[in-house]
Amino acid sequence: MLADVSGRDNRGDRTRAELAQQTRVGEALVRGLVRAQLALALRLSLVVVIGLGGLPWLFAIAPSVSRVTVLGVKLPWLLLGVASFPFLIGVGWAYVRLAERNEQDFTDLVQRPER
Amino acid sequence: MENGLVVPAIVAVTLLTVGIGFYGLRLARTTSDFLVASRAISPTWNAAAIGGEYLSAASFLGVAGLILKYGVDVLWYPVGFAAGYLALLLFVAAPLRRSGAFTLPDFCELRLGSRRLRILATAFVIFIGWLYLVPQLQGAGLTLATVTGSAYPVGAVLVAVVVTANVALGGMRAITFVQAFQYWLKLTALAVPAIFLALQWQADARPAVAPPDGPLFRTATSVVVEHPANLTFPDGEIRAVRPGETISFDAGDPVPEVAGVTIDGTDWLLPSTAGTDDRGLFATYSLILATFLGTMGLPHVLVRFYTNPDGAAARRTTLVVLALVGLFYLLPTIYGVLGRIYTPQLLVTGQTDAVVVLLPEAALGDGTTGRLLAALVAAGAFAAFLSTSSGLLTSVAGVISTDVLGRGSVRGFRLATVIAGTVPAILALNVSGLDVSQVVGLAFAVAASSFCPLLVLGIWWRGLTDLGAAAGVLVGGGAAIAAVLVTVVGPPLSGWPATLVAQPAAWTVPLAFTVTVLVSAATRRRVPADVGATMLRLHAPDTLRL
Repeated sequence: MLADVSGRDNRGDRTRAELAQQTRVGEALVRGLVRAQLALALRLSLVVVIGLGGLPWLFAIAPSVSRVTVLGVKLPWLLLGVASFPFLIGVGWAYVRLAERNEQDFTDLVQRPER
Repeated sequence: MENGLVVPAIVAVTLLTVGIGFYGLRLARTTSDFLVASRAISPTWNAAAIGGEYLSAASFLGVAGLILKYGVDVLWYPVGFAAGYLALLLFVAAPLRRSGAFTLPDFCELRLGSRRLRILATAFVIFIGWLYLVPQLQGAGLTLATVTGSAYPVGAVLVAVVVTANVALGGMRAITFVQAFQYWLKLTALAVPAIFLALQWQADARPAVAPPDGPLFRTATSVVVEHPANLTFPDGEIRAVRPGETISFDAGDPVPEVAGVTIDGTDWLLPSTAGTDDRGLFATYSLILATFLGTMGLPHVLVRFYTNPDGAAARRTTLVVLALVGLFYLLPTIYGVLGRIYTPQLLVTGQTDAVVVLLPEAALGDGTTGRLLAALVAAGAFAAFLSTSSGLLTSVAGVISTDVLGRGSVRGFRLATVIAGTVPAILALNVSGLDVSQVVGLAFAVAASSFCPLLVLGIWWRGLTDLGAAAGVLVGGGAAIAAVLVTVVGPPLSGWPATLVAQPAAWTVPLAFTVTVLVSAATRRRVPADVGATMLRLHAPDTLRL
């Protein structure tokens, strides 16, 4: 056990203790992380709300758009039946990358050697 | 329908399911094995299992049937079913896994420390679980009746018994293997026939999907009338038909319109336009909201996240699930569209849910290829009933055994499984008139209006209190449940009231969020003292190991 504690982890021990003991510094760090992750999730939701959620509205106000034919298929069928799925997966992939980067930044901050 | 291959295919799927279940039984030893498979399942297996569990009768049969009937507007069902996993990924997956909770009631207690909220959450988990189980069993009964001519209760009872026995004996470790296998089976069962169907369509010189004069019968077809109806023929003739009457159509005859069932070609092909119909647009947005936000509140979806080793793995698993589910949802559209050409009689009978099962033989003829593909599709449909029911049953039984019976033992879990399986079986036998896809949509609406605000605000907002959460669940979820009850047993409505009740999510979800936030703000002193520690636990990266 002692070997574990005195190993690579002791650099950020004080910051980790501040996190665990809910000091003002620790609390501020966690609030920053939560805010960053929430902002990321909301930004990507906005992409979906505009990208997909705008479609019924677009079809409704501009019916001519839904009569466009691409490769013999009407545009709404192509957008909803095919294109929407890669779009959702792409947004999800971006989220996983960016959320992990946020967490890496937080980890680096916590484990930064004390000066 | 005389296809000697269908019954053996269904029996084979059922035996394989039970067989893999027993293989898992030898591995399942402790209660923890039963409930969360000891959290030792790889992300790929877990993702396939989540996908297998999620793709229900509504996805496998219902989506294609809806597309056949209503056209492009209902493509929002598959898009929403997939997008629900994106919402889950963005707002819930990793923090929920880090919370360490086993079930939704566990999460309530961990985050807000309230026993009473836990009981309320338990009641909603059971209600949503049963609401979702009934249409699965119904779908099984109707499918077996369609393909083998058996009585309706046979399929419903068969699936209920197989699933209850399998879950009670094998627990979740077993069904993880079963579910993963069933995802691939379901994908194959739709993808392989779809390729043959597309080739057949090419070989038939690409008949128009939506000919200008409406759909036509390709072959001589006769339809037996079961309910009184008015048929409108394209030349304007209206004919009233009575039960027992047989109507015959020749090849090339136009398909008559049935009041309340058929949608004509242009409406089918193009999205509804708002200028003429605001209610259509409202219903579309309501459906989008229910499916996007409802997935995270479904009990059988959430319980899977506890089988990931940590938060980062939960996120990656969810992304793989999104990809697997998105891949699957490319297929039902093909069946719905080709159904316009090859099975137009379903537009007259209204039994459009049968399109996936009937299409292979209708398009390819009853030669060996057509029969083999029909058997494959029937097997896939049964995999859909078995896997979704297993997942639902496991989560409902888990909640009943820990929160209602109050025992964490394996025997308690088995007793709870029998209780959880019996109630929906009895309900399914007594309410055969419900529309499968609509009940599933309502289950999403209830989940989106009750657990979505609880989870999202609980994970991201420190100000949530137990009273706020309870008020939101009661008002939002209660309003959605009231809408369900009015839809199922209430008087027929028309105009705006009908739309608001049939697609309630667009007003119940904002209502639930508003009530939760307002009541929490008014009871600010009840914010748990340990909220800081909980937030740290939910959001701190796994690598820190605090």
